[in-house]
Amino acid sequence: MTLLRLAAQGLYCEAGDFYIDPWQGVERAVITHAHGDHARWGSARYLCSREGESVLRTRLGPSATIRAVNWGEAVDVNGVRVSLHPAGHILGSAQIRVEYRGEVWVASGDYKTDPDPTCTPFELVRCDTFITESTFGLPVYRWTPDAEVFDDIQRWWRANREHGRTSVLFGYALGKAQRLLAGLADADIGPVYTHGAVERLNRDYRRGGVRLAETQYASGMPARHDFAGSLVVAPPSAAGSTWMRRFGQISTGFASGWMRVRGMRRRRAIDRGFVLSDHVDWPSLLAAVEATGAGRVWVTHGTREPLVRWLTERGIEARAIASQWKGEEDTDPVEVAGEEISA
Amino acid sequence: MKAFARAYAAIDETMRTNEKVQAMVEYFKVAEPADAAWAVYFLSGGRPKRLIPVRRLAAWAMEEANVPEWLFAECYDAVGDLAETMSLLLPDASSTVDVPLHRWISERLLPLATQSESEQRASVVKSWRELGGAERFIWNKLITGGFRIGVSQQLVVRALSQVTGVAEGVIAHRLSGTWLPEPRSFVALSAAETEDADVSRPYPFFLAYALEEEVDALGAPDEWQAEWKWDGIRAQVIRRDGRTFIWTRGEELVTDRYPEIAAAADFLPDGTVLDGEIMPWKEGRALPFAQLQRRIGRKSLGGSILSEVPVVLIAYDLLEREGRDVRAEPLARRRELLEGTISAARTTVFVPSPRVAFASWDEARAMYARSREELAEGLMLKRHDSAYGVGRRKGGWWKWKVQPFTVDAVMIYAQAGHGRRASLHTDYTFAVWDDGALVPFAKAYSGLTDKEIRELDRWIRANTVEKFGPVRHVKPVHVFELGFEGIQPSPRHKSGVAVRFPRILRWRTDKRPEDADTLATLRGLMSDAGVIPSEAPKALVIPSGGPKGRSRGIALLPEEGGHPESPGEGSSLSRPRALSRDDEDPSLRSG
Repeated sequence: MTLLRLAAQGLYCEAGDFYIDPWQGVERAVITHAHGDHARWGSARYLCSREGESVLRTRLGPSATIRAVNWGEAVDVNGVRVSLHPAGHILGSAQIRVEYRGEVWVASGDYKTDPDPTCTPFELVRCDTFITESTFGLPVYRWTPDAEVFDDIQRWWRANREHGRTSVLFGYALGKAQRLLAGLADADIGPVYTHGAVERLNRDYRRGGVRLAETQYASGMPARHDFAGSLVVAPPSAAGSTWMRRFGQISTGFASGWMRVRGMRRRRAIDRGFVLSDHVDWPSLLAAVEATGAGRVWVTHGTREPLVRWLTERGIEARAIASQWKGEEDTDPVEVAGEEISA
Repeated sequence: MKAFARAYAAIDETMRTNEKVQAMVEYFKVAEPADAAWAVYFLSGGRPKRLIPVRRLAAWAMEEANVPEWLFAECYDAVGDLAETMSLLLPDASSTVDVPLHRWISERLLPLATQSESEQRASVVKSWRELGGAERFIWNKLITGGFRIGVSQQLVVRALSQVTGVAEGVIAHRLSGTWLPEPRSFVALSAAETEDADVSRPYPFFLAYALEEEVDALGAPDEWQAEWKWDGIRAQVIRRDGRTFIWTRGEELVTDRYPEIAAAADFLPDGTVLDGEIMPWKEGRALPFAQLQRRIGRKSLGGSILSEVPVVLIAYDLLEREGRDVRAEPLARRRELLEGTISAARTTVFVPSPRVAFASWDEARAMYARSREELAEGLMLKRHDSAYGVGRRKGGWWKWKVQPFTVDAVMIYAQAGHGRRASLHTDYTFAVWDDGALVPFAKAYSGLTDKEIRELDRWIRANTVEKFGPVRHVKPVHVFELGFEGIQPSPRHKSGVAVRFPRILRWRTDKRPEDADTLATLRGLMSDAGVIPSEAPKALVIPSGGPKGRSRGIALLPEEGGHPESPGEGSSLSRPRALSRDDEDPSLRSG
């Protein structure tokens, strides 16, 4: 019996009788981060990072029983030592370190190692077994530095303003939208409007001390307000909705790691793709796995088989795990966190 | 190269036609003629002859990127485009230089054709190391051919017309035939003088849309002329200055392929251009298209094939008479001139397209119903007062096509699409029953709605029996009604038959796999089509660059129903194919 194993409801620690990011309601759930595929309703008690408490609360509602812990603070769960360490994915995202009888496992949830002003940077945690995502587990996925991406976004926005168009930038409502707004905090091109799903989470970020561009709630503007030249940040699910009609002539952009591939952008009928991801790219993924020193690696959601083969060929015991986590979905533009919050 | 890469990005990053045209206008306005000429060539679909086998190119990229072949294949599968996969995998450029587009082409691209393998490799790798991401992608596209960014030659023509102030029709004419991507050719596009010197130049073909309404909606029947819609090769025969040129709709010069027609053209007066259909024709009747295919692609035409499959030009129209462009004259007048010109030539090789008489739309419908017996694909309806236009226009001409052949077949393999459809399974292989087993016989790519494609994609992922690289063998559950235009024996296919232009008509959710058709049904259709299975040609070559012109050089499985490359010929540059290749879309074939 391994320390963690895949059970019907999710990743389970039998010794401590708790789940990590279960996809069904359980007694005790340790949550890596507040995205909908990782933080689901229905569990009796939740454990999360202090940094992530407010966004998890926004997501689960006032009645959920949530206990928050500081980074690295050890919690004893039925004799198993559990601690949370920053994963660098979104505000409050954590890797879960589980230690029992000298054996250490780390479930990383979603993570990235590149710097991001909206959350505490990824912390390397050494372990025997590392559970990694592989949303972008192919060497074609290699990110460009943030600064270049934000320059591109600003150039696009400015050109649209010159043509009297509204720039509508899609990004997941929790995490990506705030990273965009943080990256544009000093851009002085025009007013920035947001979709309701984004605005609600902006409050949590600002409360957590993250500096974002000044925003206004688009639906709060008077009828016939002229949006020309402004920037609108909205979840991808808003694309093609009637909510979009108010913006007149638009150019659409989408900020996602998937935009590295031209076909992905064209399939979505998006004008501009900006390669900005909250997940590790291939080189960072390999570097992270190696740095943990883990001899065993479990690979969850994403393009799993190539990574498993790559690691196996390098002497690491790797296997793919069938989780219900999705990472950055490419097949369904519905943003998990923002979806339930009405616009 | 950077300026062209920016223009490329600007064209690529908008879905709106007008903005694509605008981006081209911006580029043509400022580009050096030497660069602009090449941009015109490539944007209108021109491509150098295959310079380097893609498998070799991919192997170099794997080594440069330090990626094993299996991982490269996984990446290609996810990206769906070879040029792009290589660009994304290669390490970032160590130095970036900005050399003009035309110099990349003259100094790096074209020399590849005559270089040894090791010289080619050194040159390509050097280029990869010098070019930034966007330019490297374009460079790879230049080598592998085909931009596919939603720009047709028609849009290039529109942009050039806006830049030069010369009418679109004139630009289109100037670009047709053997237009060479040279600075002076580009400058000549904007010349005010419209009497162009090039004697070989064909006119842009006028194309018809498919009739979708009831024919009665066209108004009074006596305003219309009806002809059979022939299934041959649309072509223009040009006689000028004592010389003859035969151009196909794919803008290929095929004068030597049809010696009968070339010889007969000697009897046409100078300054004559005929538009018609090259048809296999014997004893006053059409032969099946499959017979014509026996001639296409042959390097040499021996005496026996010429007597077995003689061709004629079924002449539809007269475009030039006594050196004067008569396209603006009404059809009735052009028809009169056409008949006069042909009868004066006293040849049986030019046949004025027989007109189908009808006094009412009901009579027209009765004739239309006889199309298959005439080996025609339906009727062409043209208004007596219609001019011969440019490109595809609605109104004056309509094609009224008969329903295609149909069979119900079971999907057995699926593969992810390319370009826009990478990561969705959109390429399917279909099978029919033979002796209790399913025999694959056709691949089809289109015909489903986006919603159906997504639904099927989910099903495919959940019901894969086995994976061979990018190809998934799925449970034989789903039945589809396939339509196709023609059928013929083929020793190259496991099923022994090859179908032309297969496409999905409907997803038959009401049928079980055991309800699908059998190979015997297909053979029956073959005899209906006038092709006798026992007369299988020895080598069947379908002129094409493969399905949708994909550069599927490292496909991990031989493609069922895939087409061989057409044999190269002539110069090292082939003509732009932007007005669609004949093999791409059945609706563009003719008329």
